[in-house]
Amino acid sequence: MKIQYDSQRVAYPFFIAAMVLFGAQILFGLLIGVQYIWPETLFPAIPFNIARMIHINLLVVWLIFGFMGSAYYLLPEEVEGEIYSVKLAYLHCVLFVIGGATAIVGYLFRWHDGREFLEQPTVIKVAIVIVVLMFIYNMIMTMVKGKKTTGVTVVLLIGFLGLAVFYLFAFYKPDNMVVDKYFWWWVVHLWVEGVWELIMAAILAFLLIKLTGVDREVAEKWLYIIVGLTFMTGIIGTGHHYYWIGTPEFWQTWGAWFSAIEVLPFAAMVAFTFKMISKKTREHPNRAAILWTVGAAVLSFLGAGVWGFMHTLPQINYYTHGTQITASHGHLAFFGAYVVICLAMISYATPIIRGVKVSNQKLEIFAFWTMVVSMLFMTFALTGAGILQSYLQRVLAYSYMETQGYMSLFYGLRLFFGVTFMFGLAIYLYDFFTIGRKEKHLN
Amino acid sequence: MTRDSARNIFVGGTLVVSVIFLVMTYLSHASYPERTHPENLTEEVVWGKHVWEKHACINCHTLLGEGAYYAPELGNVIARRGVEGTRFILETSAKQGWGQTRKMPQFDLSEKDITGLVEFFIWMGNVDTNNWPPNIEG
Repeated sequence: MKIQYDSQRVAYPFFIAAMVLFGAQILFGLLIGVQYIWPETLFPAIPFNIARMIHINLLVVWLIFGFMGSAYYLLPEEVEGEIYSVKLAYLHCVLFVIGGATAIVGYLFRWHDGREFLEQPTVIKVAIVIVVLMFIYNMIMTMVKGKKTTGVTVVLLIGFLGLAVFYLFAFYKPDNMVVDKYFWWWVVHLWVEGVWELIMAAILAFLLIKLTGVDREVAEKWLYIIVGLTFMTGIIGTGHHYYWIGTPEFWQTWGAWFSAIEVLPFAAMVAFTFKMISKKTREHPNRAAILWTVGAAVLSFLGAGVWGFMHTLPQINYYTHGTQITASHGHLAFFGAYVVICLAMISYATPIIRGVKVSNQKLEIFAFWTMVVSMLFMTFALTGAGILQSYLQRVLAYSYMETQGYMSLFYGLRLFFGVTFMFGLAIYLYDFFTIGRKEKHLN
Repeated sequence: MTRDSARNIFVGGTLVVSVIFLVMTYLSHASYPERTHPENLTEEVVWGKHVWEKHACINCHTLLGEGAYYAPELGNVIARRGVEGTRFILETSAKQGWGQTRKMPQFDLSEKDITGLVEFFIWMGNVDTNNWPPNIEG
């Protein structure tokens, strides 16, 4: 397949940055996994708090690279016109790389702020806002100059606008820790259980339209149903974070009811995906892209939907809050929803950008299954750890460190599957960086 | 259902839940004087929060259950260890770190930092958390 608009190529450097940072993220993840078992590893040069900060910041940064690259790839095809400014896109890509790299290296030298996930020093936060505004400006101008406005692009734009607006709460740091925590969730929850789901759903809809050939009218109806469900459940669903942090008791009722139905948008994504696939009007040659796309719907349903629901009711959360249960949910939800949708888009777009025919995808499909199975078992291991922790520490009132001693088997399993995940990722990255290098170019 | 009606439900539904959410946000804030005792936010407590952030304590510990899960909950550390015990741990960690297996790194904590952290933990301990955690072990 040939590329339709030349400016779609600007997605490529975003994908490259995303892949490099993904690799680094998993290396720091492995370090954390090792430190759970051998705490002296790299201590005190890179203590746990710094390694974890880097692990999660890298994840967030590379996902945003993935989202931006995906947007740049799909926008021209959607609006039927070139990207407004390719130069601006390259410029903010480079700025984002510099800002991100500075932050990560800075963390190693203890240059950081201290709110979880928002550790970026203020100057880096400002740089991130500037980069995102440059991107959004470019996106809006592309939509204005383009011939068409589609539901996919509108939903995607709302997602990115929300990402920008809610990040502003990262600058608000009140003295009262309860107020601090309250609005901290407006960045964290309203991102990952709100506006990011719009970005994901828009990319999913685009991919399904391209891969199945099903009519846009049908796909966009589903898209609006999905994002409607996202906001109608997820906004008040923020309440499941307000059970025990000093906020009023009424959140237990509202948080329970609304977050119990937060599984609906993910269930709708699964239904949407299988409906589209079953009605397909073409056999798309990129089997790997189809696999990643279906994987995103199914795994986000499992990780965000099922694992989230598992401990969202206050009667259960009272015992599981702040245990490894949360870590298990966090891993499968982020991987299933956001990592896999980015990889789906990258898998779809990369051969087209490189101008090569999709041929042998055995390696990529093997990497898919290795990463997915590894992540599932890592999640099971952490779930086991969390159940044991909830019982020993929260029910039987064992001390924290004594409880941790009993959990070491699960931490061992987690590390093992972390290593197999890295193996799958290494194969994936090898395949990504060599696709089309050996094959003949189409043009 | 058509695409346009689905879009209208999305817009209308979002507006409705947003209004409810903002009202609940207002009600939450109205409850803070009673639930968090902001009148006790002394300079020392505020400094303690600053030190807490400066060393990224949240990336090992939890505070009211939020944070990393590598080290104990500290929202109720005063109830568990007492003021003197908490101060002792901080003073030791300022010299050599703390712990046997999983260690807390050595942090450069001044006398002012230590007092601030202790006062901050006392303030945290007085927040009404709807009886969480289930027991003193956090």
